[in-house]
Amino acid sequence: MEALDEIKVRIEAAIPGARLEIIPNPGPANQSSLLLDHAHASTVARFLRDDPALRLDYCSNVTGVDWLERTVKKKVKVKKVVEGEEKELEETREEIFSGYLEAVYHLYSMAHKHGPLVVRLRTRDRAEGAHLPSLTPVWRSAEFQEREIYDLYGIHFDGHPDLRRILMWDEFTDHPMRKDYREPDDYEYEPTPHDDVLEKAKQHYVPRPAQDGTANIAAQ
Amino acid sequence: MSLSTRAQHSAVEAPPGMPSRLDGELLEVSMGPQHPSTHGVFRMNVALEGEVVRRLKPVFGYLHRNHEKIGENTSYLGSMPYTDRLDYICSMSNNWGYALSVEKLAGIEVPERAEYLRVILAELTRLVNHASLLGFLLSDMGAWGTPLMYAFRERENILDLFESLSGSRMMCDYMRFGGCRCDLPPGWMERARKVVDGFPHFLDEFEQLITGNEILIARTQEVGKLSAELAISAGITGPGLRASGVNYDLRKVDGYGFYPRFKFRVPLGEHGDCYDRLMMRVLELRETLGILRQAMDDLPAGPIMNPKVKIRAFKPPVGEAYGRIEAPKGELGFYLISDGSGNPYRYRVRPPSLINLTVLEDMCLGHTVADVMVILGSIDIVMGEVDR
Repeated sequence: MEALDEIKVRIEAAIPGARLEIIPNPGPANQSSLLLDHAHASTVARFLRDDPALRLDYCSNVTGVDWLERTVKKKVKVKKVVEGEEKELEETREEIFSGYLEAVYHLYSMAHKHGPLVVRLRTRDRAEGAHLPSLTPVWRSAEFQEREIYDLYGIHFDGHPDLRRILMWDEFTDHPMRKDYREPDDYEYEPTPHDDVLEKAKQHYVPRPAQDGTANIAAQ
Repeated sequence: MSLSTRAQHSAVEAPPGMPSRLDGELLEVSMGPQHPSTHGVFRMNVALEGEVVRRLKPVFGYLHRNHEKIGENTSYLGSMPYTDRLDYICSMSNNWGYALSVEKLAGIEVPERAEYLRVILAELTRLVNHASLLGFLLSDMGAWGTPLMYAFRERENILDLFESLSGSRMMCDYMRFGGCRCDLPPGWMERARKVVDGFPHFLDEFEQLITGNEILIARTQEVGKLSAELAISAGITGPGLRASGVNYDLRKVDGYGFYPRFKFRVPLGEHGDCYDRLMMRVLELRETLGILRQAMDDLPAGPIMNPKVKIRAFKPPVGEAYGRIEAPKGELGFYLISDGSGNPYRYRVRPPSLINLTVLEDMCLGHTVADVMVILGSIDIVMGEVDR
């Protein structure tokens, strides 16, 4: 297979307006990846699949990654004038990288027996209802795996034929693979009529702070 | 349903896109999760028209324990015994897949003897998996018990070998990053040779039992056909893909381990039906025996662990890696992202069993409900891996 930057140049020539970025992989595995923009993702995917030199007809692995917002502290040397004298001082600056969710696709070619080409898609933020274009219409093997990402990470894939929860039950509300997920105290909680009774019973009791006067103390 | 209600409903039009053969009425049946032929806690919501399947939606998650989250919260070594529980029939292959990915992530070399041992154990696992699958599949088709017991007799011999090597029959936890945990006990190789030499007898007997059997042919030929184009697009791997005539075996394509050193052929099917998928396993078993004999003859002496690797306080450099092996069920991949700390930032298992189920509905449509069990059996799933 050609090098990643050559592929990038060819895609940009074939699909005008496609914004691509190479994400380097510093590790020994040396599998760098290609970041696609949302608008051209499925066109680029189709190009990768159908291009006679690439023929990446087999999408092996699709997965989500959660990147939290992180602050990186950097020490920067700054020249400053202190008491009429120019001095070089060290300052710590904080750089904030906003968090995002990511879908990673590992593409191989069964026709030419090469690969992998790693393709990434990133959401704008980590909010509920983050969107990405679905690549299931291009590679059917993404169907269950994108459903799994939707289930566990909460990325909505536009254009997915059947986007439902796959591993968690339908009534479940959170996304367990997110890094800031906090597990509930009671997994198997189901609301029952008895809960309403308990809720009503609570209203009969006087709130505790008013009873022993702590509320007044706090007010003073 | 009484005759009078049937007459009433016959005027109702069939749902759009569903040609009516009876009275256009679909019966929703929930098959599983407690069903003897679903190979675990797997459920299918099937819509039947008479006996014919018109819609099939698989339901997952009954065995979900978020393996990947647990993997992210534990050390790299801590996940190794837990990979045994993915596909609990083939723990050695799972160990290898994980070890291979971590070795890619950290750039670790593996000594020669360890690579040979890995090939031998992974191929023994393939014998276990394919033999028991054939037994299960025939059991699903009504050959109750006998073929399964024949297969389990052979499996038992191999599990004894695993036990004397690793201390456990099924949850072996044998491989490590940069090698294997312990060397062979004395006399192990002689016993393994005896098992491998006795295996063709079982295979001949088994093949006589199945290949010419009229009932088996009627139940499997032309059932659950899968075209090569759909198989590639849907990411089907392993014997299921090769039964459709696609020559893609990671042992040849990636050439991981020392597989390029061994001579073996990749059997290919023609029709992509259940019969081809079944025979693919029988043919692969014969090739596997060949690889085992070669590996056992050539096994070199030497160390089994790379001494430079600190497996306990293991901290790979920042980066990511995707490693994959040809597990008995298909491509088993592990995707790891390291942030330089002692546990992976992202730990992902690419389960062949789950992705091979993508086309279950396409394969079952138009067949009778009794064929669904045969088709599902021929895909070969283990729920520990599907749900993770």
